[in-house]
Amino acid sequence: METEELIKADDFCTHYEVDYSLIESLQDTGFIEVVFIEETYYLHSSQLRLLEKLVRLHQELGINLAGIEAITYLLERHEAMQSELRSLRNRLRLYESNL
Amino acid sequence: MDYIDYYQILGVDKNATEKDIKNAYRKLARKYHPDLNPNDDAAKQKFQQINEANEVLSDPEKRKKYDQYGKDWEHAEEFEKARQARSGQARGGRGQWYSGAGPQGDFSDFSDFFESMFGAGESNYRSRGRFRGQDLSASLQLSLEDSYKTHKQTLTVNGKNIRITIPAGIEDGQTIKIAGHGGPGANGGPAGDLYITFSIAEHPRFKRSGNDLYLTTELDLYTAVLGGEIVLDTLDGKVKLPVKSETQNGTKVRLKGKGFPIYKKDGQFGDLYVTFDVKLPTNLTERQKELFRELSQS
Repeated sequence: METEELIKADDFCTHYEVDYSLIESLQDTGFIEVVFIEETYYLHSSQLRLLEKLVRLHQELGINLAGIEAITYLLERHEAMQSELRSLRNRLRLYESNL
Repeated sequence: MDYIDYYQILGVDKNATEKDIKNAYRKLARKYHPDLNPNDDAAKQKFQQINEANEVLSDPEKRKKYDQYGKDWEHAEEFEKARQARSGQARGGRGQWYSGAGPQGDFSDFSDFFESMFGAGESNYRSRGRFRGQDLSASLQLSLEDSYKTHKQTLTVNGKNIRITIPAGIEDGQTIKIAGHGGPGANGGPAGDLYITFSIAEHPRFKRSGNDLYLTTELDLYTAVLGGEIVLDTLDGKVKLPVKSETQNGTKVRLKGKGFPIYKKDGQFGDLYVTFDVKLPTNLTERQKELFRELSQS
């Protein structure tokens, strides 16, 4: 069975100086999943990188939740387009070499 | 080491209020923040400059010192000591700016100018205990042959040798993460990660599109007309390819499973597409020309 390290949400909040309400909001909007075990909230370690990024956007740039949602969506689209651009460039090279 | 004009970096004048500085910083940080500009080293560098400028100008003490000494920053410490000796107001040294911990992650690189004037590690950008180390990015160029087979390579990152396994089928522009091989963490924090972006060089014969390979090969007129067999050099060795009679110039044939290995799917390959480039014979003898004339009239 696969095991995954869980991080206490309280520890995360103390470490990053964020209010637990931010974690709750991020969970409500579907960014992250919070696990509740024996009266304690935990975060998946696999989501730590994403969570750190979301907290940075919030704390360092003062971006609210709606803004974070929009930015995340646009960044995903940007990444998908970059990947498509790379693939199209490769295909273009193929046709150009046959000219 | 050059003097750095922090006001110019933030685009504000010397009389800017704290609010002006905060607004200018926010505006520029939103434009150049590394989270909003992934894999953009120029933006990252610009963000570090903005961050450093904000670090100084948003802190009244640091701003005062910066304004006071300006271009004479190299003598700031001497002036400060002399001034203190004169006024008899010995302070607690530079320690007053320490906030207990260094800055976090990507934003720890302050210029030599900053460190000379304010000392290393005086940032109050973050005031937490443990810090995850900086994520590092590196790029690695591979030939098409290199990326065809799973192989190991040793990289030197920040003076340390790291041996990595590069799976067959890696794509041009693909980035892989090597967990824990980034910058060291601070105060017991975990190390950052290393991100390696691969750049696959063009091959003179083969073109790659996804998992498929494309190759153009010359075919002599007689084999094209009468059919036969040719031997192709592929990335996996020689392959015999039957040629149908009356094969037209530009005909494309597919060799299933002779393309590029599929990333992290052992034993699975794309296809190889071969385009025939039929070459007409040259330097024909009179007899050969006669035979072509006969053919054309038959």
